[in-house]
Amino acid sequence: MDTSVIENIRLDYFSILVQFILVVGFVGGTFILTHILGPKRKGTQKLQSFECGLDSIGSARLPFSVKYFLAAILFVLFDIEIIFFYPWAINFRELGYDGLLKMIIFITPFLLGYYYVIKKGALKWD
Amino acid sequence: MGLNTSKLPNGPEMYVGEGYGLTQIEKVIGMARANSIWPLPFATSCCGIEFMATMASTYDLGRFGAERLSFSPRQADLLMVMGTIAKKMGPILKQVYTQMAEPKWVIAVGACASSGGIFDTYSVLQGIDKVIPVDVYVPGCPPPPEAILDGILKIQELIKNEPLRRRESAEYNDLLQSYQID
Repeated sequence: MDTSVIENIRLDYFSILVQFILVVGFVGGTFILTHILGPKRKGTQKLQSFECGLDSIGSARLPFSVKYFLAAILFVLFDIEIIFFYPWAINFRELGYDGLLKMIIFITPFLLGYYYVIKKGALKWD
Repeated sequence: MGLNTSKLPNGPEMYVGEGYGLTQIEKVIGMARANSIWPLPFATSCCGIEFMATMASTYDLGRFGAERLSFSPRQADLLMVMGTIAKKMGPILKQVYTQMAEPKWVIAVGACASSGGIFDTYSVLQGIDKVIPVDVYVPGCPPPPEAILDGILKIQELIKNEPLRRRESAEYNDLLQSYQID
């Protein structure tokens, strides 16, 4: 390639650069301009956090029960495991002992985890 | 060639030449604001049901650029109060109005929001203009969707013709002061 071709390619990309600058400039510029030019009022009531018109009570950073979260995340975990069972079950005969061995390798850590979860009492609700 | 005045449908009057149009930025901003209202529905009773019909396919408020309802006052332009406002609800309504971003407009839909309606009693606010400034009142008990649309069109006219510096003006500050809104 001689230099004029390279120069041409550079010129081709220049328009993209201009467009990029315009796009970022327009979006950023609009954001900045509206904040500078737009009308605003900043009273104490205005700047309170919105609680459907009521006064907010207490702190939002409270400890809450983790039970539901645990049950939900364990459900997701074992639910996805079942998805892996389906293709294996359909091709059970074709995959033979080789497939069975691989599934056992796959399931064993899960079962160990399940045993651990039960032992820890993660699924006890009360 | 001299300058011709022309009017866009729903737009401001402008001088047009070949390939350009000249108008005032105030009018352009007014047009943009009027055709992109984000309403905050504050529905407390049956007028709210009429508002649901107004938003649905037959009447379709989206035709006027008000497709997107805002359920937080932070992004809303237009507070639509639809229904009976009990006196206990008054401070809540005022707080919601106060927390809206400028510029903001208020429409009182129905007899109850406008004047207390049939509930001339100790527990009901006799019109929301007792606690917040109102721009447009829509009569009716409840008003049909056409009436609500008419109210929206009136609001659009107000928005189009609002001076750009109105929200900084002394009159506007006095108005809010008279409602003890800082």
